[in-house]
Formats: sequence, structure tokens, C-alpha cells
Amino acid sequence: MKFTVDWLKNHLDTKFNNNQIIDKLTNIGLEVESFESSASETDSFIVAKIINAKTHPNADRLKLCDVDIGSDKTIEVVCGAPNAKNGLLTVYAPPGSIIPKNQMKLSVSKIRGVTSYGMLCSESELLLSNESDGIIELKNNKYANKIGEKYFKNTSEKVIDLSITPNRPDCLGVRGIARDLSAAGAGKLKINKKSNLKYIGNQNINVTIKKEKVQGCTTFGSCLIKGVTNKESPKWLKDKIKSLGQKPISAIVDITNYVMFDLNRPLHAYDADKIDNEIIVRSSSKGESFEALDNKKYILENDMCVISDRSGVLGLGGIIGGTRSGTEYSTKNILLESAYFLPRSIRKTSKQLNIDTDAKFRFERGIDPLSIQEGLIKASELIKQICGGEISNLDIKKIENHKKTIINFDPFLFEKTTGFNVENKELIKILEKLGFDVSKNKKILKLVVPSWRPDITQSIDIVEEIVRIKGYEHINTSEPIKTRLKPTLNYYQKLFHFLQRSVASKGYLETVTWSFTDSKINQLFKENDKEIPIVNPISSDLNVLRNSIFPNLLFYLKKNLDRGFKDISLFEIGPAFKGKNPGDQLTVIGALRAGKVSRLSWNDKERIVDTFDVKKDVIQSLCEAGINKDDIIIDDRTPSYYHPGKSGAVYQNKNEKNAIAYFGEIHPNIIKKLDIKTEGLVIFEICLDYIRVSKQKIKDSKSEYKFSDFQKSERDFAFIINKNFKSQELVNMIKSVDNKLIKSVRVFDVFEGENIPEGKKSIAVHVTIQSEEKTLNENDLDNINKLIISSVESKSGAKIRS
Amino acid sequence: MSDIKKIKDDYINKLNTENNIDKVNNIKSELFGKNGIVSNEFKKLGSVSVEERKKLASVLNNIKDELQNKISIKIQEIETKEINLNLEKEKIDVTLPERDFEIGKIHPVSQVIDEISSIFSEIGFSVEEGPDVENEYNNFTALNTPDNHPARDMHDTFYLDNNKELLLRTHTSPVQVRTMLKGKPPFKIIAPGRTYRSDSDQTHAPMFHQVEGLHIDKNIHMGHLKGCLNYFIKEFFEVDKIKMRFRPSHFPFTEPSAEVDIGYEIKNGKIVIGEGDKWLEILGCGMVHPSVLKNVKVNPSKYQGYAFGIGIDRLGMLKYGINDLRAFFETDYRWLSHFGFDPLDVPSNYRGLSR
Repeated sequence: MKFTVDWLKNHLDTKFNNNQIIDKLTNIGLEVESFESSASETDSFIVAKIINAKTHPNADRLKLCDVDIGSDKTIEVVCGAPNAKNGLLTVYAPPGSIIPKNQMKLSVSKIRGVTSYGMLCSESELLLSNESDGIIELKNNKYANKIGEKYFKNTSEKVIDLSITPNRPDCLGVRGIARDLSAAGAGKLKINKKSNLKYIGNQNINVTIKKEKVQGCTTFGSCLIKGVTNKESPKWLKDKIKSLGQKPISAIVDITNYVMFDLNRPLHAYDADKIDNEIIVRSSSKGESFEALDNKKYILENDMCVISDRSGVLGLGGIIGGTRSGTEYSTKNILLESAYFLPRSIRKTSKQLNIDTDAKFRFERGIDPLSIQEGLIKASELIKQICGGEISNLDIKKIENHKKTIINFDPFLFEKTTGFNVENKELIKILEKLGFDVSKNKKILKLVVPSWRPDITQSIDIVEEIVRIKGYEHINTSEPIKTRLKPTLNYYQKLFHFLQRSVASKGYLETVTWSFTDSKINQLFKENDKEIPIVNPISSDLNVLRNSIFPNLLFYLKKNLDRGFKDISLFEIGPAFKGKNPGDQLTVIGALRAGKVSRLSWNDKERIVDTFDVKKDVIQSLCEAGINKDDIIIDDRTPSYYHPGKSGAVYQNKNEKNAIAYFGEIHPNIIKKLDIKTEGLVIFEICLDYIRVSKQKIKDSKSEYKFSDFQKSERDFAFIINKNFKSQELVNMIKSVDNKLIKSVRVFDVFEGENIPEGKKSIAVHVTIQSEEKTLNENDLDNINKLIISSVESKSGAKIRS
Repeated sequence: MSDIKKIKDDYINKLNTENNIDKVNNIKSELFGKNGIVSNEFKKLGSVSVEERKKLASVLNNIKDELQNKISIKIQEIETKEINLNLEKEKIDVTLPERDFEIGKIHPVSQVIDEISSIFSEIGFSVEEGPDVENEYNNFTALNTPDNHPARDMHDTFYLDNNKELLLRTHTSPVQVRTMLKGKPPFKIIAPGRTYRSDSDQTHAPMFHQVEGLHIDKNIHMGHLKGCLNYFIKEFFEVDKIKMRFRPSHFPFTEPSAEVDIGYEIKNGKIVIGEGDKWLEILGCGMVHPSVLKNVKVNPSKYQGYAFGIGIDRLGMLKYGINDLRAFFETDYRWLSHFGFDPLDVPSNYRGLSR
């Protein structure tokens, strides 16, 4: 909502200066977005200096000038003026400027083969004089320090731009703003002058509001103004319209707009001679159409509120008028409309047709239903004053009467809500200045809500009005109450926190990427999940919710590879979506490592990152988050985007249905499809929702401390075994020989090839044996050795290597 | 007898000049070996009278001790010399690079969320979360923003179906609704998380982060709201004083509503929070609207309280001098390394919010 201070003063007697007004507006909830002169067409003309003027290569009379316009680089301008010379201070117009003399818009153009960016101006082109022989020569002493600054002073009055919240339609007019300011002590609201208009004759175009199932119009007021002379608006009116950031059109249109912004009362003027017999306010039928004043043709749906005549639709009530009945300079007779349309109807229609107008914006929020006459009178007066003509009696048709809103307000609610007290006397004064009718019934105030405040329906709205006008600075600052109702984080939130920092501590940079992604990449990772398209995506490559974190992570990996990074470790923790309903999402960590380990190291051998790098990272992170390593089971069935032979799944224990993590290489086909060029790429993911955390606190779950001081023995074994046999099974097999005595089994060598039969491999393990009861003698140890060998051989078909 | 004394003196002299460890060892066996000189003298003791033996034995023992002592000192001397000699040879260039290590980083958004959680934890709030996909009831209708309300236009919403029933939450306020529907008052929660609006330019990202706060109890009024936010802002920006301004505003789900500005100034091209005469809008808040309380089955005549919503990304930008919001989500390795936090930097009260 834009207006000037002068305009405000038409409604408000105030001693406040501009800054005080601005502050007051902000303090009562009318946020000031800006307070500055409205942009002017002449703003773009700037003081410039010719640095170097040389002859145009293809035209002797033209010059090629390097011009300093106060920015980093000089601009090249082709100029035909004989006086263009080195060091001359002049006025420069950049491309896009409109030259005052001929109203032409400048564009970047080639003049005789050389591109000219803008032009240097003569006095006549700027309408300063008739001097057109050469470009302006500015005086050195005055302008030497002003290169790059505006040449013309912007003399237009400063405009206040308010951002009005959707609950305050009354402040979409200057009078409403003045009323709020007066309530807050910033002046006195001026009383409207009584009109002494003379009405001549009746409004003889019949108006009917049809009874409809859905009728969006409840009141239609109008008057006829006959014998007008439409013309350009007078300067004062033009200036007002311009200060709104709008273009003056004609006196009649400008007046209706002016009244709309002045009183928040939208009006519409029809050329009465173009109306076919009568006005019918009705609901549209599907397929009806009309051409609107924005020069677009709209095809209507059922139940839109239209103003029509016998020939068809004239316009959409409260939204936009039609060209068929629009006023022109030649218009002689006007039908002026001032109506009330229901916000719900306006909103629905404008959404369906995607139209946004100032009238729609206001009706949608709720216009004062009792402002119909006031609007007609104010506009008629102005029309008569500027365009002449005689005004008919006002014709008001309505199908519904306005109902007053009454609130019984207990002043105690104010203190209870805000924490401070305002005396009843002051409270009543504020409400009365805002337009409430206040009567007292013991402790309760009976309030009649002013008709321009559709937002006020209940007691809490009254509290807001009082505290807003009184000022939020009166609210005391109470000490925070420290009472705690439950622990800050629950188990899963703690797990999130642990894993996030645990993965980062392995050298990964955490990133945050969009929850949406490109369906083309997503489909490589979505497995059996349904694609979840966004109906209105921000762009076609962010058109689905991500089923996995990897589409984005790989997309950005590629970007970083393009930046020249080779060794990259990235992870994100966040949602992966499994369906489109609320809650169909999992919290997942997705991580990747690309490149080499120990690149260019002087003492370590460099190598490409591999599956066991990420296996370490994932297992270590899980253990740090509290999962028992001994319970973990590794499996080789992984999602299809992993390399089928070089990836693994992690289960928290053998009875779990869902893997808590996966790790390994990405499927080579995907790397190829995404055209990722890196020496090595391995990934892992952890699904936090599948991790089962002990609900026991550590203080309750620590087991008894036990240890053995008896000597431990260490034995190595090597088995020849089928190539596909999993080392994990071998280890478990050995452990299960004697769970008490065998403390650990560690694979320390795996070997295939020379001396090993085709299809077999050799696995060497280091076994630690220790009793908790005694020192084992040779005999005991021999027995265990034999048991290990025999049970492995019989269960797995392996052979001990001799 | 005098022989053995002479022999002793000879060997002591020999040992004094000897510097070879092998030769010292040879001397040791010459003296104390199976047939060593000293050993043999001891053997002879058997053939002398008891009286003589006592005397002789004492002399011999003294000679033995002296020689053995000398030998062990000598050996230590030579070994130490050798070690010292080797030290010189073993010297390495310690300025050569260490083995590689990678420093991981926590994203500023995560760090700021942890900072915020830590601060509110101190005054008894717990953390609640909700889904990113919401139904329109929780996101709008329950929050007193019915379909026909123009306030809906303030949120450019991403929809997942044509009926506009399912959407990406435009704010974290639906967590309020979920929390109150599933529990009984009092409520004292914050809810950080991702939020979405179909808006993308230099200062808007289609995804950003908010933290919602909610405190509902019997007598919670606007003074408590002011106190809570004043405490939070001071703690968060780690300043002793903060200039803060509550400005009336409008949100459908709170009434009265306020926007909160904090004072700042630009010093040497950097924003300094808490001083100066410029105002920066940082959050929206208000008393939870009675209609919202009714919608979530809380009796507004018994319970009341406040709610607030803060942009997390923006707070992080202000505190850590980050200029570009879009960069948060662009995964530029350089940016992540530069603005990221060490994983061990866990914000906490006793160790300080930030390093």
C-alpha cells in the first residue's frame, strides 16, 4: 500500500514529522517497507566523462567514445556530436532509457558496424533547450566529482510503502491508516465533509441481483452520470496516481482508482451507452467468456459472479471489468458501480482464472459493506468537478443486510494475555478511536465492531487491538521459566546426533541438499519405491521427492570433481521418502568417498579408495553410536545400485529383517550413465530408523567387569576352502567350537592363485585361546586345535593347509 | 697373594683403556669364566687351612667385586657411547609431512540447530520433530488458515497431489499441531527442521530451515514470550546485551502476533549484532490463537501460551557472517570446508556454545 504524507494529511490532523509518522506506523503493526521518492523516468540519465574520443572506423563524422560512467569499466558509445572530445563532462543515457524529446526507448545497437551502448545527450533531447547541435557540456567545477550520479534531481514527493498484513483490509485505504494513527495518538482523524451534491433524475438502468445457489454479490449500488467530458486528469490527480506507482489513464478511471486507494472502496465505471438495456448480477455458466480490461479473453466456469447485460458478460464483479463497456475519452454517460462482493467468491474465481487486481485484492480481504454510498458520492463529486455532467439518484440493490458484530469483552483477558494492565478508561478510548461502539455492563464491555473490520470477531482480537495501539514496548520481559517437562532429546534424536558427528569425524564433510531431486537420477536409486512427483516443482530437474540421498550426493560429487577436487568425502543426514503420505520417510545417512588414499605421499603407497575403507567407516560409526560389534552380521545382498560383487549389507543381528546399513561400490552402469569421472568411488548408507537402540541407560546396562589373568595362547591356522565361502562363516564356525575358551579369531591373510587349486582360496586365521579358570597346558591346547580343524573341515569342506 | 693383586691391577688398567665391547666381554670370561683367573683362585681356597681361607676369601671377594664392578661400568659406558653415536645417524627430517588425515566438518545448519537446542534445553524445552510431507489440515487449516484465507498466499506451497491435500510443509508449525494432538498440556517444545516454499532467488531457497517454539501452560503470557526470546537471542549471539524490538504483525495462528527485530550496525563491513540503530527482522511469534488450541483439543479458557518461528539458516548467516543463502545447499567443497564446524565442537552449556 503506497501513499504520500500529503495524502495522509487529507485525513489526519497531525503535528508529527515524517520520521515520527514512520515510526508510529511500524509500532502499530503497519510495517513500513520503504519511504522514498518513486522511481522516475529521468533517473537513468547520469553524469559522464569522455575519456577518449576517436574517429569511427567506418564513418568520418561519427566518433567512438570511451565513456566513464562511474563504474569499474568504461562504456563504448558511438556519438555524432562535433563537440565530443576527450575530457568532456556530459550526460549519458544507458540502454533502456526513454529519451524525453521523442519518447523513444534506447536499445543496444550497431551504428555503422560498431556496437554503441547507450548515447550521449544533447540539451534538446532532454527538453532542456532547443540546442541540438552538440551534446551537453557540463561545467567542470560543478560536475567533476559527480560522475556516475543522476543528472536530474528526483523532485517527486516521497512515498510511504506499507506492507499490510492480510487481516487489515481497512488499511488498504489512506483513511484507514489515518484512523489507526489517530487511535495511537498521532493526530486527529478529520471529519468527512458533508456532501451537497444535487441529484437529478433516477438511475434508469435496471439492476437485478439474481437469486442464485451461489451468489457472490450481496449489494449493488450505482448512479448514472450524464453528459460528462472525459479527459486527462488534472495534475494533482495525476501526481496521486503516479505516487501509487501507477499510470494515469483518464480522469474517470483515475478517479475510481483514487477513491479506491483513498477510502478502500473499489468502484467501477461503465460507459452507460454500451450497456444493453439492464444490469444483471448473476452466476456464470461454464463456457461463457468475455474480454477483460487487461486485454485477455477469459473463459468462465460455473458459479462465478458476473455483471452482465442482455448481450452477455460485462465483467467479473469485484475483479475486473470488460472492454465492451469500458470508458473512453469519447464516453458521454457513465454508470458508476459500488458493490459488495463476498471474499470467498472473489478468491475462488480469481484463483481459478489466475487474475490479480487491486480490486480483487481488496474484496478478497473484505471491504467495508457500509461504504457503498460514501464511495459513490465521493467519486461522483470528483467526476462532476473534473468532467462535468449531472448525477442521478443513487440506486442501491441488496439481497442481504449487514449484520453487526458484537463482542462482550472482559478487560481481564487483556492482562491475562499480555501480562500488563491498562486502565479501563484508556482501553475504551483506544477502542472508540478505532471506531468501536463501546457500552459498559458491569465489568464487561459490550463492543460493536466497526463495519470496516471484518477481521475482528472475538475477544482475543480486541486484546490485539489494544496492545498494538498501546505499544508492545509496554509488555514486560519476564525471566524464562526453567521447568523441564521431559528430556531434551529422545533416543532416536540422540542417535541422530551421535551418528552425524561420528561420520563427520571420519573425515567426511557434511552437506545439506534439497529434499527433492531429478527424477532421471532418482529412478536409478529408487528400487521398489514409488516415485513421488511434485505437482508444481521449482524446475524440471527438481521434480520429485528423493527416494534416496544418493541422487543429490552424486550430482554434487560431479560438480566438485569439475571444480578440480579429486579426493572427496561427503555425507548428508536427512530424509529419504518412501511414499507420499506424511510419515512415509526414513532418516538416512548417505555418504561417499571418491579418489585415493595417501595421494602423493612420500612414505605411504597411494591407493584407490575401496569397499573396506567405507566398511570401516560405517562399522566404526555404528559401534561409536552404541551398537555391539559382535552382534553385527554382514550379508552380500544389497540394493541394485551397488556393485553386486563389491558391496555388503549390515544387520544389527541375525534376526533382523531390515539391514541397518549398506556399503560398497556403486554399480558401474550408474557411474557410466551419470558420467562420473573419478579414480574410485565407494558409498555407504545407514538407516537410522532400522537401528534398534537399547532403551536402557548406560548406568543400567553396563555388564559386570570380568577378566582373566591366566596365560593366553595364540595359534595360527590356514584353510583351503571354496572361493565363495564367506570368511565371516569360518570365523563363526571357529568361535562356536568353544565360545568360552576362544577369545578372538582374526583373519590375517586371504590368498588365491599359485599353489591353490582352481576355485579355492586360502584363509589364514589367528586364534586367541584363554581360560578363565586355569593356565591351559599343551594337552588342552592340542585338543582345541584338533577340534577346530576337525569341525571346520567337516562343516565347511575345507582342508587345513599343511 | 700378591700375584692376584697384581693381576687385578693389570686388568683394571686394561679395562680403563679398553673401548671395544667384545674385548671387555673377553676380559670378563678370562677372569670369571669356568677356568677364569679369579674363578681358579676361588677353587684353590679348598686347599688352605680354615684360618687362612677366611682371610684369603675376603681378599678374593673384594678383588672380584672390584673387577666385576669395573667391567659393568665399562660395558654401560661403551653401550651409551654407541647409542649416542647412532642417534646422530638415525636423525630424520621431522619437517617432512605427517601421514595424511582428513578433517570432517559439520554443516553450519546442523551446528546452529545444535546450538539452538542447547540453549532451549537450558530453560527446559525438549525437541520434537514432524514429517516433511504434511496434509493441508496440519499445515494450514488447524493453524487457523482456512482455504479461503488470503494468508495462504503468503506461503508458496509445493503440492504432491492435484487436490492440494498433500504438501511439503511450509513451516514447522504443524509440529505444534501434532504435538498437542498426541499429548496433554503443558507443552514446552522446540521443533527444528526442513521447510519448503516454491520460491527461489538470491535470498530465497525452495528449502530452508525453521525452528518452532511452543510453550503452553496455565498462565503463560506475552511477558514470558519476551523473556524467553530475549534470553535466546542473547545466548545465541553470545552477547551481553541485545537491542530487541517487538512489532505488531499478523499470523493466522497467533494473536496477538509480533515480529521481532534486533538492533545491529555495520562495522568495518561486518554486521555487529546487538548494537547500532538499524533493525533486522529475525523471527515471528505470538500468543497461540484460541482457535488453534480448540482445533488441537486444548481448552483455551484453561491453557494459553506462546509460539514462535525462527529461520535457522538466517540466524547462522548473521552469526557466522555468511552472505549467500543459496550457498548453504550447493555442496561446494570449498564452502563446506570453510564454514563447516569440527565434529567435536558439540555446543553445550558447560563448554560454551561455540569455540
